[in-house]
Amino acid sequence: MKLVVAIVRPDKLGDVLEALFRADVRGLTIARVQGHGGETEHVETYRGTTVRMELSEKVRIEIGVSDNFVDPTVRAILTAARTGDVGDGKVFVLPVEKVYRIRTGEEDQSAVTPVVPPPSDGD
Amino acid sequence: MTSGINGADTAWMLISAALVLLMTPALGFFYGGLVRGKNALNTLMMGVSALGFVGLAWALIGYSLAFAAGSPFLGGLSRIALSGVGLEPQGTIPHILFMAYQGTFAIITAALISGAIVERMRFPAYLCFVTLWSVLIYAPVAHWVWGGGFLGALGALDFAGGTVVHINAAVAALVAAIVIGPRKDFARQALLPHNVPFTVLGAALLWFGWFGFNAGSALGATAGAALAFTNTLLAPSATLVVWTLLDLSRTRRVTAVGAATAIVVGLVAITPAAGLVRPLSAILIGGVAAAPSYFGLLFRARTRLDDSLDVVAAHGLGGTVGALLTGVLAEKAWGSPSDGVLFGNPAQFGIQVVAVLIVIAYSAAGSWALLRIIGVFVPLRVSKRDEGLGLDVSQHGEEAYVRGEGALLILKDALPSTPVVVPAPAGLRIGVSGS
Repeated sequence: MKLVVAIVRPDKLGDVLEALFRADVRGLTIARVQGHGGETEHVETYRGTTVRMELSEKVRIEIGVSDNFVDPTVRAILTAARTGDVGDGKVFVLPVEKVYRIRTGEEDQSAVTPVVPPPSDGD
Repeated sequence: MTSGINGADTAWMLISAALVLLMTPALGFFYGGLVRGKNALNTLMMGVSALGFVGLAWALIGYSLAFAAGSPFLGGLSRIALSGVGLEPQGTIPHILFMAYQGTFAIITAALISGAIVERMRFPAYLCFVTLWSVLIYAPVAHWVWGGGFLGALGALDFAGGTVVHINAAVAALVAAIVIGPRKDFARQALLPHNVPFTVLGAALLWFGWFGFNAGSALGATAGAALAFTNTLLAPSATLVVWTLLDLSRTRRVTAVGAATAIVVGLVAITPAAGLVRPLSAILIGGVAAAPSYFGLLFRARTRLDDSLDVVAAHGLGGTVGALLTGVLAEKAWGSPSDGVLFGNPAQFGIQVVAVLIVIAYSAAGSWALLRIIGVFVPLRVSKRDEGLGLDVSQHGEEAYVRGEGALLILKDALPSTPVVVPAPAGLRIGVSGS
């Protein structure tokens, strides 16, 4: 199992979610975060005070997946979140020691296998 | 016209002008709540800037083209830069007040257009467009109907601006939405309102200001003003009730955005009829106007037309229903210069149709040409990148909901190159995507 952590542009979130759902990746968590990834900062002015905004709004997506889902997940994010400009974000793949599904107590592989209404598609 | 200034009339018109002025920032809140948070300031600013640019253009040129003596098609140039607009009576109020009151109409009319092109139009191009539009499109149309032009002479009834203001602005909005094109995320992502309370607040303030718009159009503290006031209360009430029932029967839920929209539709619909119909007719107009706008809005959402905040559905359809029903329900007994169809004057309906069609044609052609010409000199819309970033940052260098973390102060002498780092924020080190 792996934890895929992706930092993407907020305005690309819709595209990323769509790509993930298309790739049958279900079950994820998102958070609005601020970060700095080397992109050109924008300058803002408030009542004569000019500031350089070093932190940009980003969205962090966390997805726990089974090993054979890592590749489709990462590829979906890479394709959907890319604009080609600096500041598109990062994808991290982290090892995961244990996973529990709270509702059932299932562990590991079965805990990250999504519950899908049509039972055939459960990989 | 009586000569001499009447104190009561002047007092009421002073208040009315202030009320109408308030409608433009109110419209900014109505529209501003409906856009995404990254474009909230830009949307508000479209109203705020119109106060300055259109207000000035009106005083310098627009007023003359609309209200100075001229041909049936355009006012003269005798009132350019307010020459001859002084303290003398115009009707029963000072001429200067009449000019100011009419100026608030020019401002709100131009600002109405912004609803169709939010979240993508470059701000300088917007300023050019609304300023020139108020001079080249609004002023002539105001002249035709109110300033001694041919539509007024024909007998077209438009008490407070159903045709001059709402149909005119809605057609320009439609053209602008087509010329500028849809937002990049349109029909690909859900583009949801970011602050519905703003929208409701805006609608409430619009209603408040609209009492000055409609009852002020009596141009005095008269019984006709009282009628227009009452009708401005009753028509939106009726629209609100019908809209609510439509909402309930279609989705079983009464939406706040729907209620705010219904208020505006009702106000738009009663505008041309406000001082010309009996209160029960106002209720009828308000109630009837709900349906075309309600279903027009639903229909528009399924098309490729990104009239983002439904200016056409609210102001175009609402204005048309109001303008046509004015021709049906107007009554001399309630102060109208001529009767409507129901009161024995079938010709009035035809006159209303002609006026509506002429204004639609002129506004469409004029707005299209104006946008095309401006587009030759300056780009009309922002880059895709700036659109993604949001127009608040890219057009105004500000954010509506700034958090301030990671903001480094730039001292003046260091502006072009290195920023002087005033205590480096700790957040920078632990930034999630930092290396």
